[in-house]
Amino acid sequence: MMAVNANSNANAKTNAGAGTDAYAIFRLENLQLYFNTRIGPVQAVDGVSFSLASGRTLALVGESGCGKSSLGRAILRLLPRNVHTYKGSIFLNGTDVMTYSNERFRRQVRWVRMALVPQAAMNALNPVVKVEDQVAEPLLVHQRVKNKAEAYSRAYEIFKVLGLPQDFLNRYAFELSGGMRQRAAIAMALVMHPELIVLDEPTSALDLLTQSNIMNVLKKVKWEFKSTFILITHDIATASELADDVAVMYAGQLVEKADARLFYDDPLHPYSRKLMASVPTLRKDKKLEFIPGQPPSLINPPKGCRFADRCELRHERCAAEPPMVTLPDGRQAKCWLVEQKAREQHA
Amino acid sequence: MPEKADALLTVENVHTWFELRRFGFLRVGFVRAVDGVSFSLKHGEAVAVVGESGCGKSTLAKTVLGLYRPTQGTVVFDGQRIDGETGNLKKYHSQVGYVQQDPYGALPPFMTIYRILDEPLRINGVRKRAEREKRIKEALSEVKLTPVEDFLYKYPHMLSGGQQQRVVLARAKILEPKLIVADEPVSMLDASVRVEILQLLQRLQRSYNLAVIYITHDLSTVRYFSERIFVMYGAKIIEEAPTATLLENPSHPYTQALLTAISDPDAKNADHIKEVPPGEPPSLLNPPPGCRFCPRCGQAIAGLCEKEMPPAFELAPGHRVSCWLYRQAAVKEKEEEKEKAG
Repeated sequence: MMAVNANSNANAKTNAGAGTDAYAIFRLENLQLYFNTRIGPVQAVDGVSFSLASGRTLALVGESGCGKSSLGRAILRLLPRNVHTYKGSIFLNGTDVMTYSNERFRRQVRWVRMALVPQAAMNALNPVVKVEDQVAEPLLVHQRVKNKAEAYSRAYEIFKVLGLPQDFLNRYAFELSGGMRQRAAIAMALVMHPELIVLDEPTSALDLLTQSNIMNVLKKVKWEFKSTFILITHDIATASELADDVAVMYAGQLVEKADARLFYDDPLHPYSRKLMASVPTLRKDKKLEFIPGQPPSLINPPKGCRFADRCELRHERCAAEPPMVTLPDGRQAKCWLVEQKAREQHA
Repeated sequence: MPEKADALLTVENVHTWFELRRFGFLRVGFVRAVDGVSFSLKHGEAVAVVGESGCGKSTLAKTVLGLYRPTQGTVVFDGQRIDGETGNLKKYHSQVGYVQQDPYGALPPFMTIYRILDEPLRINGVRKRAEREKRIKEALSEVKLTPVEDFLYKYPHMLSGGQQQRVVLARAKILEPKLIVADEPVSMLDASVRVEILQLLQRLQRSYNLAVIYITHDLSTVRYFSERIFVMYGAKIIEEAPTATLLENPSHPYTQALLTAISDPDAKNADHIKEVPPGEPPSLLNPPPGCRFCPRCGQAIAGLCEKEMPPAFELAPGHRVSCWLYRQAAVKEKEEEKEKAG
């Protein structure tokens, strides 16, 4: 764990030093979230560290059960009752919001500085409250506006950006189609202009064309408001529509993080490589591969590299947990082979 | 229609409508889930039906399976009509396999894998216990659930999603059917497992010369799997073509939009905005009289598209498009044919 920490610290420095045009607005350090179950604690998020520069989008990809949604909820402290362990640091613009009490977090951070667009937005909207009231609610609750009229006009501005007709403000959620509901959910997150927005599978329940339309909307929002997003998704192909950085999660841990351009050309970690090879492409012919086996149980994860069991390139060193290694070009991966590569390059 | 002689399955002008009944006897209307679909399928051919949710592709699958009775039209399998009262559905069902979308929902939770696979054999009169056991073991090893003994007495919840889907696949093929209908067989699975299931299905198709109808919303998996593609929109087939032709030369504006909308994993995608038609698919309760894509179409011809339903124009052998944009091409071709004949 120490090694991971030290590395991410070093990386945060190099990121800032490497002359990225913005500073790290958001930084996670060794975040852990375990849930209680009858057969023992499930280590859903196990020591995740990364940093994200302002105005950039991090795509957090991984398969179902890898802990990516838990990580999203852990960032916003939206936790279920059966939490076993919840610790680590979440730095937002330099302040560690993990030290805040729940009440202070609710008043000052959640939805004010960080917001969430939940998975399956169709069920996230309140069916008995009009859309305009739901979108304007955070402004009123957090007293950012003088009166209701101002709140509604702010909501309307957001609607315009998202391509929602004005008369939709006056409707209930069930009167909207899936795409429009998703837009309304994005509007709710956007209305306070938070510093960070976590998008949890924003398009996975939608049709292809609608999905494309929502991605276009998110791109516009990103360019117009310079928003910082964390996009949680299982779909590597769709993630490429929005991603500046890509982080891959496997069995509760981050196994790779890299600039999107570098990542899509040449993933480092054996798992990322396999995952990429399993994505069918429409325009290019390629031989599809699959990963045999299944991810380890998070109740009792293996001691060494968690991917070792399914990895074709495993060797003796994989019995020990690999550190998160940073290559000179900024790419990071948690694999002994990458560590070897880094040492060779250094020498 | 292609030659019917060697056709395994012929679907002709099938309409499957669901009646809405409200207020007692007052008829309100029909949901036209499948509205005039025709195609035929040869022995051993793999075709894909592609469309968005609500376009009627699953209803079409269930109609083909004999689970819904078509309101109008005929479904002929191996020379037998299976759509009316006369059809012998039990015999038919032993010749088609069904792979459902959600493997967990498709497997009875209280039955072991052995019983799940045993049942179809017993129902279809495989009397000898030893033979049934042999066939169950064969089926399991064919879908790579090995060692077989480890899985026989497990319950579905003890398996992962990919393993469950393999049990469904084993169940679909255990009676050695001639046709398998796979309704979104991989959409619930993770990317790394998807390819494995598709390859298994493909291997089964090739080694047993099975015909497969692969129903999906995901065009990018289709190219690795099927020979022909049918694109459905608003309860109708709007374009059909051999896979390579359709991907290289998509002709219907909807197909073009679908292809644009699919992202390949490429970081350059983040730099530009895609041109995608706005709006939603039409309501099938009261579909527009003309072309069903017309309200969203950027190339609609005013005065024609919104009034009249386009017929299927044949652009090349096997490539048919229901779109008024190709009316001239079709007319020209006919004239050329006439000239040649004359």
